[in-house]
Amino acid sequence: MTKYIVRRLLGTVPVLIGVSIVVFVFIRLLPGDPATAILGQHATAQRIAEMREFLGLDKPIWEQYLIYVTTLLGGDFGRSIINGQPILTEFLTRMPATIELTAGAMVFAAGLGIPLGRFAAKRAQKWQDGSITVLSLVGISIPVFVLGLTLQYIFAVQLGWLPATGRIDARTALELQSNFVLIDVWLQPDWTFEEKLSAFLDGISHLILPAIALGSIPLAIITRITRASVIDVSNDDYVRTARAKGLSERRIDGRHVMRNAWLPVVTVLGLQVGGLLAGAVITETVFAWNGVGRWIVEAIGNRDYFIVQSTILIFALIFLVVNLAVDVMYAFINPRIRYA
Amino acid sequence: MAAPSIAVTRVAPRASHGLWGDAFRRLLRNRPAMVGALLIVAFLLVAVFAPVLAPYPPNESFPPPAGETSQKLGPWPPSAAHPFGQDKQGRDELSRVMYGATVSLLAGLSSVIVGVTLGGLIGAVAGAAGGKVDSLLMRCVDVLLAMPGILLAIGIVTFLGQGLWQITIAVAITNAPIFARLLRGGLLSVRESDYVLASRSIGASRTRLLTRHMLPNSLTPIIVAATLALATAIIDIAGLGFLGLGPPDPRTPEWGTMLTDSREFLRSAAYLIFFPGLAIVITAVGFNLLGDGLRESLDPRLKR
Repeated sequence: MTKYIVRRLLGTVPVLIGVSIVVFVFIRLLPGDPATAILGQHATAQRIAEMREFLGLDKPIWEQYLIYVTTLLGGDFGRSIINGQPILTEFLTRMPATIELTAGAMVFAAGLGIPLGRFAAKRAQKWQDGSITVLSLVGISIPVFVLGLTLQYIFAVQLGWLPATGRIDARTALELQSNFVLIDVWLQPDWTFEEKLSAFLDGISHLILPAIALGSIPLAIITRITRASVIDVSNDDYVRTARAKGLSERRIDGRHVMRNAWLPVVTVLGLQVGGLLAGAVITETVFAWNGVGRWIVEAIGNRDYFIVQSTILIFALIFLVVNLAVDVMYAFINPRIRYA
Repeated sequence: MAAPSIAVTRVAPRASHGLWGDAFRRLLRNRPAMVGALLIVAFLLVAVFAPVLAPYPPNESFPPPAGETSQKLGPWPPSAAHPFGQDKQGRDELSRVMYGATVSLLAGLSSVIVGVTLGGLIGAVAGAAGGKVDSLLMRCVDVLLAMPGILLAIGIVTFLGQGLWQITIAVAITNAPIFARLLRGGLLSVRESDYVLASRSIGASRTRLLTRHMLPNSLTPIIVAATLALATAIIDIAGLGFLGLGPPDPRTPEWGTMLTDSREFLRSAAYLIFFPGLAIVITAVGFNLLGDGLRESLDPRLKR
């Protein structure tokens, strides 16, 4: 097992190098002089010279790349061109918001998708199954931004049940510590329990709409996969044997069907992480959610290329780690798979 | 002991119309797929004949509906003359949504064609060559797949600059690795099959093996994936447009850009969001339905 993990970890190294080359190319091969392209036409000659030096443009390209990778490995992702802030620091302050959002979306998608898929499988080819299939088709076909705007219109503008934007009521004097709003509300020293609880619930109410918007596509995919997997396993011989033995349906479901049906579901859950991170970019823009995704979009508008570059790199790293974790989890769930 | 009599009934063999003919017949019987095809035909008709079908040119501003006294340009709610309403420049929303279909079709289709060609080439070379070439190409594919879709597209757009063809290319490159993997996998699985071996043993050339035997037998997953990719390509292009990376010319009626331009009117003029949004969803539903149907009819084993 350890051997397998080490081998897989080593396997991600070439991919990461590849990603860093691609991301490096995005900036270095900007049309014209990269320093001018980054700073804009109106930058002073001195700033352009500084940028040329920072990028190492006078050196050969492979040396530029080596310098780039070395600074990356030292934890230096560069600075924002606009405000000079170190990118990694800013990334880390904004990432908790994105994690809160994607976690919320995942809870929504898996929490609803798995039971829905199981239900549809039990009622296979009946009207309930049909309606769930149609709903999941629509779920896959609605873009995040269309669903997000629609939810905002219905639940915020028309019904006024839930807030349309932000992570917490703007009047709340919340002192951020971990930058997870849902955690920080409990860490406020001067607040009474009631205040903490009401701020927490306020945070949750801000999370609901964006989480649904972001989670709808994973929800549809998870529902489909769970349904297919459960139907697939239910036709297996050992399930028939279990039924013939006279086991209760409940026991068959828990002990025989679901244990084997989990495998594809777990894989798909893991694969959704990449999609969620990508979807967060748009969702955060729709809901004015102050996470990494909105930051990238602002950075594109400001032509703050280093932010875009570094975020792609970090997201790719997260994605690879999650994929690895999923593969490792496989082995735990399914003892039939023997690695090493 | 009398010999048991066995009644033999001849079952008339069902006429086969070849792989594609049979698949097409199965597809015609697949009701969801036909609904999808209908939606796509409607979308295609609107996209191709927008200049004929649309009631107005997409960029002409019109006066407010009768009875409006306000001096502003727009937006105006749906009226008899403008059933989808008018946008903030007083332009006819219905016409813009219809012309938007042309933009979406052209961008979505070209992005999938470029993606399939690019990915197909990589996959074909990898699958046909095998060995070191294969592992090198597949590593490159892994690299592209490691970057979450829209982020890779955003990276490419920062490189190419903002605009419609730029986001089309960006989406194409994002999709290409999927096609590369599919084709390579298909080629690898047929490479060892008996008919390829037979053909090789009578001295067929490499090119002939590839073009006459291996490629045609690996194409079905690509066709299905390309149809489904049209749905995601149209959604992703609209998404990049929504992020403000679309056509810089505000006159281009791109659905995603129309949505982002109307966001400020969510409270006062939600119809400006509703109709372009609905257009995207209907188109995506169409391609998804047809893609699923194609999958089922091309590979009947999949149908449960």
